[in-house]
Amino acid sequence: MATLDDLKKRIASVKSTQKITKAMKMVAAAKLRRAQENAEKGRPYSEKMNNIILNLSNGISDKENAPKLLSGTGEEKVHLCVVLTSDRGLCGGFNTNIIKKAKLYFQKIIDDGKTLKIITVGSKGYDQLKRTYKENIVEKISFKDSKNINYLDAEKVGKMIIENFEKKEFDVCTIFYNKFKNVITQIPQEQQIIPLKSSEAKNDLPDDNYEFEPDEDEILSNLLPKNISTQIFKAMLENSASEQGSRMSAMDNATRNAGEMVDKLTIEYNRSRQAAITKELIEIISGAESL
Amino acid sequence: MSELFNLEIINPEKSFFTKDDVNEVVVPAYEGEMGILKDHISIISFLKPGIMKVFTSNSEEKFYIEDGILEFKDNSLSILTSSVIKYDQLDRDYIQKSIQEAEENLSKDDINDQQRFLISQKIDTLKSVIVN
Repeated sequence: MATLDDLKKRIASVKSTQKITKAMKMVAAAKLRRAQENAEKGRPYSEKMNNIILNLSNGISDKENAPKLLSGTGEEKVHLCVVLTSDRGLCGGFNTNIIKKAKLYFQKIIDDGKTLKIITVGSKGYDQLKRTYKENIVEKISFKDSKNINYLDAEKVGKMIIENFEKKEFDVCTIFYNKFKNVITQIPQEQQIIPLKSSEAKNDLPDDNYEFEPDEDEILSNLLPKNISTQIFKAMLENSASEQGSRMSAMDNATRNAGEMVDKLTIEYNRSRQAAITKELIEIISGAESL
Repeated sequence: MSELFNLEIINPEKSFFTKDDVNEVVVPAYEGEMGILKDHISIISFLKPGIMKVFTSNSEEKFYIEDGILEFKDNSLSILTSSVIKYDQLDRDYIQKSIQEAEENLSKDDINDQQRFLISQKIDTLKSVIVN
């Protein structure tokens, strides 16, 4: 049985851990509000962009000559997966959930005999994937140094993807990220960005007769690369809000667990203190009786 | 009868500027400056770097935009741009830096005609801003 001193030390250590988790929770809560705001503010841009592209692609008459970013290369041999994770840990199941989702997808690709290439954004994703998929990872990117998520970072990733696409390094590109639903729920998402999946809601789009200047093809070929960056930016924004939310609830749980532990240890401490006193008393009394 | 329509300028971070009493907007469209008034036909167009002017009944605002897409539909105009700055907030240092960067890009060999056109547009616009 632990001595009184040991118990005292353990209580103190749990208490100081609790202080840390509590502080982290506060910080995450403050950051969450900002990240959430940013994610919400960023939505109109990507939604509008999507709408315009849908409108444009509906207007394209010649599907054969449509830009490759829209229609694909016609093959599906090489898959590129962009896995967006955080740079920091201690955020509950946040990274693990994305990785789990991504791994399922990877397995399917490998089982189908296709080639898999991975780009990891954020160092935690790389750490978790390098064990199994080391030779598949073609690039790892981390934005540890930039304090806020900015569009330039997303553009860098987007440009890299497009460059690789133009070099015919891959046929299909999918991104993985966590969509922020609310503080306790983040949904891991997979989203195919090349070729663009435009099947959704094609029918309920109003049939607008837009005028295009210059022509549809030219606008599309300018817009599609931008759309890639925009989608990545959106994913990064959603991800950062999810990360903070996930961290907040994880730290909240940790604080509560630490509290429970302190209670339990305190009871144990008091009991053994009481037991020691009782034992001493018995010794004194029985010593006095024997005289 | 009112001659006003809505305008929204959106950049990736947020909705940058909204106004619902706009008389006229002049944008640097890809094939030349284009003025938009109420009841314009639905249009989607590609923008080049330049100065965009917004006229309301009693004021005029100017923005510098680097690129973008314009969509006009049902009397609401949306402009998606990756970089937009209010004209009077442009400072000399930023312009000089941008011009320098653009000129470096222009001297690269691996750009196509369209890119070259857009970059020289950008330089021209920025230079004209400095002069004024």
